Amino acid sequence: MSLQQSDIEKVAHLARLGIDPADMPEHIKNLSSILDLVDQMNAVDTESVMPMAHPVDTAQRLRPDEVTETDQREQFQAIAPQVEAGLYLVPKVME
Amino acid sequence: MHDKTVAQLGAGLRNGEFSSVELTRAFLERIEKHDKTLNSFITVTPELALEQASAADARIKANEATPLTGIPFAHKDIFCTQGIRTSCGSKMLDNFISPYDATVVSQLKSAGIVTLGKTNMDEFAMGSSNETSYYGTVKNPWDTNAVPGGSSGGSAAAVAARLTPVASGTDTGGSIRQPAALCGITGLKPTYGRVSRYGMIAFASSLDQGGPMTRTAEDAAIVLNAMAGFDERDSTSIDKPVPDYSAHLNDSLEGLKIGLPKEYFDEGLDSAVGDAIDASIKEYQKLGAEIVEISLPNTHLAVPTYYVVAPAECSTNLSRFDGVRYGHRCDSPKNLEDLYKRSRGEGFGDEVKRRIMMGTYALSSGYYDAYYLKAQKIRRLISDDFRKAFEKIDLIAGPTAPSVAFNIGEKNEDPVSMYLSDIYTIAANLAGLPAISIPAGFVTDRPVGLQLIGNYFEEARLLGAAHQYQQVTDWHNHHPEGF
Amino acid sequence: MEWEVVIGLEIHAQLATKSKIFSGAATAYGTAPNTQACAVDLGMPGVLPVLNKEAVRMAVKFGTAIDAHIAPRSVFARKNYFYPDLPKGYQISQFELPIVGAGHLDIELEDGSSKRIGVTRAHLEEDAGKSLHEDFHGLTGVDLNRAGTPLLEIVSEPDMRSAKEAVAYMKKIHSLVRYLEICDGNMQEGSFRCDANISMRPKGQKEFGTRAEIKNLNSFRFVERAINIEIERQIDILEEGGTVNQETRLYDSAKNETRSMRSKEEAFDYRYFPDPDLLPVELTSEDIEEIRKTLPELPHQKKERFTNSFGLTAYDAGVLTSSRELADFFENVVISSGNESKLAANWVTGDFMAALNKAGIEITKSPVSAEHLGGMIQRIADNTISGKIAKQVFEAIWNGEGDADTIIEKKGLKQITDSSAIEAIIDEIIANNPAQTEQYRSGKDKLFGFFVGQTMKATQGKANPAQVNSLLKKKLNK
Repeated sequence: MSLQQSDIEKVAHLARLGIDPADMPEHIKNLSSILDLVDQMNAVDTESVMPMAHPVDTAQRLRPDEVTETDQREQFQAIAPQVEAGLYLVPKVME
Repeated sequence: MHDKTVAQLGAGLRNGEFSSVELTRAFLERIEKHDKTLNSFITVTPELALEQASAADARIKANEATPLTGIPFAHKDIFCTQGIRTSCGSKMLDNFISPYDATVVSQLKSAGIVTLGKTNMDEFAMGSSNETSYYGTVKNPWDTNAVPGGSSGGSAAAVAARLTPVASGTDTGGSIRQPAALCGITGLKPTYGRVSRYGMIAFASSLDQGGPMTRTAEDAAIVLNAMAGFDERDSTSIDKPVPDYSAHLNDSLEGLKIGLPKEYFDEGLDSAVGDAIDASIKEYQKLGAEIVEISLPNTHLAVPTYYVVAPAECSTNLSRFDGVRYGHRCDSPKNLEDLYKRSRGEGFGDEVKRRIMMGTYALSSGYYDAYYLKAQKIRRLISDDFRKAFEKIDLIAGPTAPSVAFNIGEKNEDPVSMYLSDIYTIAANLAGLPAISIPAGFVTDRPVGLQLIGNYFEEARLLGAAHQYQQVTDWHNHHPEGF
Repeated sequence: MEWEVVIGLEIHAQLATKSKIFSGAATAYGTAPNTQACAVDLGMPGVLPVLNKEAVRMAVKFGTAIDAHIAPRSVFARKNYFYPDLPKGYQISQFELPIVGAGHLDIELEDGSSKRIGVTRAHLEEDAGKSLHEDFHGLTGVDLNRAGTPLLEIVSEPDMRSAKEAVAYMKKIHSLVRYLEICDGNMQEGSFRCDANISMRPKGQKEFGTRAEIKNLNSFRFVERAINIEIERQIDILEEGGTVNQETRLYDSAKNETRSMRSKEEAFDYRYFPDPDLLPVELTSEDIEEIRKTLPELPHQKKERFTNSFGLTAYDAGVLTSSRELADFFENVVISSGNESKLAANWVTGDFMAALNKAGIEITKSPVSAEHLGGMIQRIADNTISGKIAKQVFEAIWNGEGDADTIIEKKGLKQITDSSAIEAIIDEIIANNPAQTEQYRSGKDKLFGFFVGQTMKATQGKANPAQVNSLLKKKLNK
């Protein structure tokens, strides 16, 4: 399946990936050939097959409702790009 | 000293033949000497290593040693190590000093291992040649023109070159087994859920599994004993007792039924590699195993299915790298969207971007059923193939990779040709089965790997079969020239 | 044209667990920024979620209370979008297989009738953090303390036809989650908030119109006002021949208007898929039954009991069961009063609630205990004090002067029931007011009140009013 530049732009935007326009032809080519590979799946009839999300066929284990974590803000924020007054800073969020 | 296995080094430490500090120094010196050529480490931690080594020596003296106490160890740089950079092979995390230890890391720490450093890998474990690493390509010690495989290529090259006796790896589609095969070492991917994923930076959550990369199956058993186990921090970790993997290494293979999937020996397999595999199968016959031809009819769909499932999961697993709380952040973002797009655009390499885009596409509205849901259904078919096969046989054997190590740059142009190097390894991840790759000969002086796939939680049987083979062959003892 | 509004609500109730839905960090409100955000809440590389058992139990409790189908197998999914208060770039929610399926509850309308509102589903999800828009050199600050707090999102059917109905439904859910003790219901702190989907259609038309969603309404008053203002806005558009955009709008309470939140034309594509870090939640019918057994008496059941066994009016029973705290308080008053349930209902819904409202105090902080109020009511019932004097006693209890008996004793408020004593007083009054007595006896009945007043005044209000009446009649009619 051959992808258009607009397809790549759409997924790149959804994934918030900045793509260098110079790389665009390469991405179009490569993603199209990956889709060709993936399209081999279409040869199989899977009408009655149950999807498998997980190799483990068990139920979710539940955790007791206990507070086990302590404040580690200082340690966590030591590796943050920009913090002030205990807050992570980002460019202004518009509502 | 550096040529000894973990088992031998452990014995030497406990007998007082050498101390852990001496051993650690020896390996640090080898890293210093050889890693400029190989580039198998991203970070070396000599101070920490020597500190841990002297603590280990004290522990050995106090007779409180485990089989791993004082053994030098290298972690794939995908495992979070507190206070040490954990880069995942990416510019995105080049500045990421992990604030916590992965469960596997703390388990091995408490067993007393000595951390030499963090090994090179494909960026976010996405690759089969180690060429996608932000820190540069790793060289295969058997031939420095060749790739070491990936994504745990740094771990494989370091173990093969005797820069560490053991390293950790992770395997999402073959990332332990394929580099183990290409570097001539032993690499085990356990059953999904056997080893905790907590603190192992996620690539594809339903496929990822950590495991040991060693020279011998005996060593893999020793290391797996310390790595495996239930972790209450990982919902997908299985609460099942861990057997002593070292206890059954010598169980007889008499009557063991080994299935050879005919799909693993078709035209895609390099014929010389096929010959090496045939020869190793003959060894198993000599050991008393019964060889049965089987069919895994959906084998050809494993790669296409994987390249939907893995990118879909990774596309959202990697959303957290947004330049807000840690990791790379672009300079002076104009607005929020610019912060996201540039931080991620600059922080991720091409292969990672490709997979994020592929996964985003497969999950996006209008394509979900055709790609993601379809892949989940075929995943069931692939898994059912194994379930049926294991009704008749005990183990599956075949090649780990379709060829020996290819040259650096050889498959860079076409991602799909690269993806096909995992054609025999991916299915075990889709099904969640344990599998091991062991050295099984050489083709044009590059190693060949034999893959054994077991039924769920039958790591002990896999390790036993691998160990027995290593008792009658010496491929695993070959040493790359110059290292 | 006559228009009809169609309203559906999505209510977000924060579940009152101690720890977060997928991590062991605390959920307390109002702590210093990011001190309750652990590695999991921050979405550190490599961390994994593990589901809180209590959150599941609370969701099931809610489901059983609205007679909903509880899914034997429910699945967590990732809802993908980028926002600074969403650390992982996805919210763990439920999509195709929510834990609570279709259920319903009944609301009371103003005309006294009741109406059944359908609940489409209720699902578990994690709350996001908060963006603080105070100025940090033109930047926004992000506090992730709230990230990972368990939420139950309760989605109604589009069954409501007025803002009043929507508020009645929201109040009903609010009361229910507090009865069930699964949510503290604190709307100021955002523990209970809702989004309203509103559309208009010509009366009689079956198809729904295009709806707008109003986000994050955090008071009953705002819900009502926002819906009404949105109704006006949509009618204006439609009557001018325009079309309503399907969009998300924000209610500005200061300006009393709704405005479009996202001008971007960008269609959202959340790329939901099952979260591979979590496994399906499985509940057996025994598990569900066990939780059902822990259900307290629900508001409608309590209301029925109050009318049947206490003989209350439907209205009083409705008021008294509107919150679990009030109902419990009332029942304790009844017990302490020696089962004077009607008198207790009058006092609780009357003077007591008026006093609380006036002082702006919550019932849990009431300065008058149920025991003290009940004790006082008992003294009214046994004629120790009159209803009028009781108001004085109540005020003294409110001011912390002790229980009713102590106050009555100390202030000498005990009712005079000794007939001869009252008679003596009456005789004196008749003797001192010959003119009025004459007029009354010659037919000016209205003057009876004058004699009552004089008697009460002479006894400082302590004479038993019934006795005063009958004795006065006897003496005056002689």
